[in-house]
Amino acid sequence: MRPMKFSRWSTLLAMAAITLLPASAQVDLTGVWNPQYLEDQPERIPGPELIDFGGIPINDFARKWALSWAPDRLGLQEHQCQVHTAAYIYRGPLQLRIWEERDPQTQNIVALRQYTSTYEQNRTIWMDGRSHPPEWAPHTWMGFSTGKWDGNILTVHTTHIKQGWHRRNGIPSSDKIDLIDHFILHGDQLTHISVVTDPVYLAEPLIKSEDYVKGTNPNGNWLWPCEYVNELPGSDRTKVPSYLPGTNPFLDEFRTKYNLPLDAVLGGPETMYPEYMEKIKAARK
Amino acid sequence: MTKTWKTLPLATALAASAAFLAFGPAPKAFGQQKGKQAKAAAPQIGVQKVQGNVYMIWTPTGNVAVSVGDWGAFVVDTPAEGLSDAVIAEIRKLSDKPIRYVVNTSIDHTATNAAISRAGAPVTGGNLGAVAFENGATIVSHENVLYRMSNVPEGQKVPNADALPTTTFNEGQKEIFFNEEPVLIMFQPEAHTDGDSVVFFRRSDVIAAGDVFDMTSFPKIDIAKGGNVQGVLKALNLILDICVPRHEQEGGTYVIPGRGRLTDEHDVLEYRDMVTIIRDRIQDGIKKGQTLAQIKAAKPTYEYDARWGSTTGAWTTDMFIEAVYKSLGGK
Repeated sequence: MRPMKFSRWSTLLAMAAITLLPASAQVDLTGVWNPQYLEDQPERIPGPELIDFGGIPINDFARKWALSWAPDRLGLQEHQCQVHTAAYIYRGPLQLRIWEERDPQTQNIVALRQYTSTYEQNRTIWMDGRSHPPEWAPHTWMGFSTGKWDGNILTVHTTHIKQGWHRRNGIPSSDKIDLIDHFILHGDQLTHISVVTDPVYLAEPLIKSEDYVKGTNPNGNWLWPCEYVNELPGSDRTKVPSYLPGTNPFLDEFRTKYNLPLDAVLGGPETMYPEYMEKIKAARK
Repeated sequence: MTKTWKTLPLATALAASAAFLAFGPAPKAFGQQKGKQAKAAAPQIGVQKVQGNVYMIWTPTGNVAVSVGDWGAFVVDTPAEGLSDAVIAEIRKLSDKPIRYVVNTSIDHTATNAAISRAGAPVTGGNLGAVAFENGATIVSHENVLYRMSNVPEGQKVPNADALPTTTFNEGQKEIFFNEEPVLIMFQPEAHTDGDSVVFFRRSDVIAAGDVFDMTSFPKIDIAKGGNVQGVLKALNLILDICVPRHEQEGGTYVIPGRGRLTDEHDVLEYRDMVTIIRDRIQDGIKKGQTLAQIKAAKPTYEYDARWGSTTGAWTTDMFIEAVYKSLGGK
C-alpha cells in the first residue's frame, strides 16, 4: 500500500474541513429540559374548557367531530390510557430528557432520543438519513421521525402518528397528520416550534411554540404506568358517549362566561390571526 | 483493485470532505422529498413483519396474513386476481415450507383461493403425501362462504371447484394448533356478510380481522349476503376484548385489517367509536320516523367522510348509510 503523503495542500484541506464544519454540528441539545408555560398556560395546565376551539385552524369536519364529542368518552375502558401524540405532547406538564445515540465506530450521531415524562413516551429522531416506513406500517403516538440540521436548528419530520387531538377538548387530529418540529437552542433555553398539517381536520397548518429551560434535577422524569379497567359496574362498555348533532349541552358555556361570539369559540383559520381580535371587540359592542 | 474510501489518497479524501462540509448535499425541503416520493410508482404489494410468527402482506385491494414456522405457512385470505403470483413469491421468501392452510375471513377474500392453495399441500404424509400435494392446502372458512360460493346468482362467475373451502365450520370457532400456537377462527354472525371470521394467532398475539375492520373506508356491509351493522359492531367489540395494549394504549396485540395499514387496539377503538356513533344517529332518525332520504340529507357520517368516505367506487358513503339504515330495520 502506498504510504500517505501529507502535502501542504492536504494540510490546508484538513484545516478547511474543520473550520467549515457548520456551527450546527456543535449544537448540543442533550440534557434535561423543563417547560416554561409562557404560551397558552390556561390550555396547557388547567386544560382547555369545553367548546373553546378558538385559535385552531380547524375545518368544518373537525368542528362537527368536536361538537359531538362527549367528555365521558375518555371514561371508556380502552380510552383511559390514551396519551398525547408527538404533535401535542410538548404542551403538557413534562420533563423532557434528550440524549444522543452515536455510532461506536464513526461517532456520528445515529439518533437523538427523547423521553417525555408525561405518559412515559419515548421518541427517536433518526439522524442517519433513513427513509420513512411504507404506508402500511403501523402508527404510534410518537410517530416515525427523521431529523436534519438547518444551521443551528434541528428540524424534524414525523409521519405515522396515531389519531389523537389537536386540543384535548374534542378537536380531533387524524392519523394522516404530518409534523415538522424545530428545536432551537439559545444558551440554556430551548425553543420548540411545531407545524402540523392535517389534510383531514385542519384548513391551514397549526403552528405552536413552547420554551424550555435547562434543568438541574434529572430526577423529574416520573413514571406513568396505566392499566385500564371498567370503573362503572353494570355499564355497557359497547356504548360510546356522544352528542347527537345539535344537542351539545355545553355549546354556550364558555362563550357566555367570557362574552364571546359563537363564531370565535367554534374556531377556524380566521380565529388564529391577531386581526380577529377586532372582530371580537366589534361583536361585543 | 477497486478504490474504496480507505484506499483513496488522504488529500483526495480530505478534499472531498471539505467540499461536502462546505457545500453539503443539495438542500431539500421535506415537501420536495414528499413530491419526489409521490411521483414514484405505487408498490403493488408490501410485506410487514407483525410479530411472533405473523407477517402482513399488504396489497391495494386487501391484506393477506401469513404465519410461518417449522410446520409451514398458514395463510389468511387470498388476494385479488392478478396478485396471487406476487403474494406466493413473498410467502416463498418468508418460508420454503409448504402452505398448509388457507383461511377465508369472508367470501370477499376468496378470489385466488385456487392459486394460493395449489402452491401448498394439506397436512398429511406417507402414501397420501404425493396425492395430497396435488390437492393443495386445506381451505378453511365458515360454512356460509362455501354455500355462497356454491350457489352463485345467475350471471355471476362460478368459482372453480379447487377454489372452494375444503373444511368448514358452522358456529362458534374452529381451532387449529399450528406453528406452535393456537389459531382461533372465530365466526362473526351477520357482520360484513353472513360468513365472516376473525382469526386470532394466540401466541403471536395477532388478529386478522377481515372486512369487519377496514382502514381504508367505512365498513362494507353486504346486506344481500346477510351483513348487518350490529354484527360488525359485535365483531369490533370482540376484537377490543381480545386486544391488550403493551404500554399506554399502544402495541401489544396487533390487528391486521381487511384493507389498509397495520393497526393496534387504539385504531380499532376509534373505528368502533365511529361506527357506533353513526349507527346511533341513524337509529335516532329511524325512531323519529325519518326516511332514508331524510337521513342521508342529515349527513350522519359528515365529520368522518374526509377520512373514510367515498362518492365513487365499489363502496360509497351513500351505500354505507343505506346499509346501516336497512340493518336497523329501516324501510
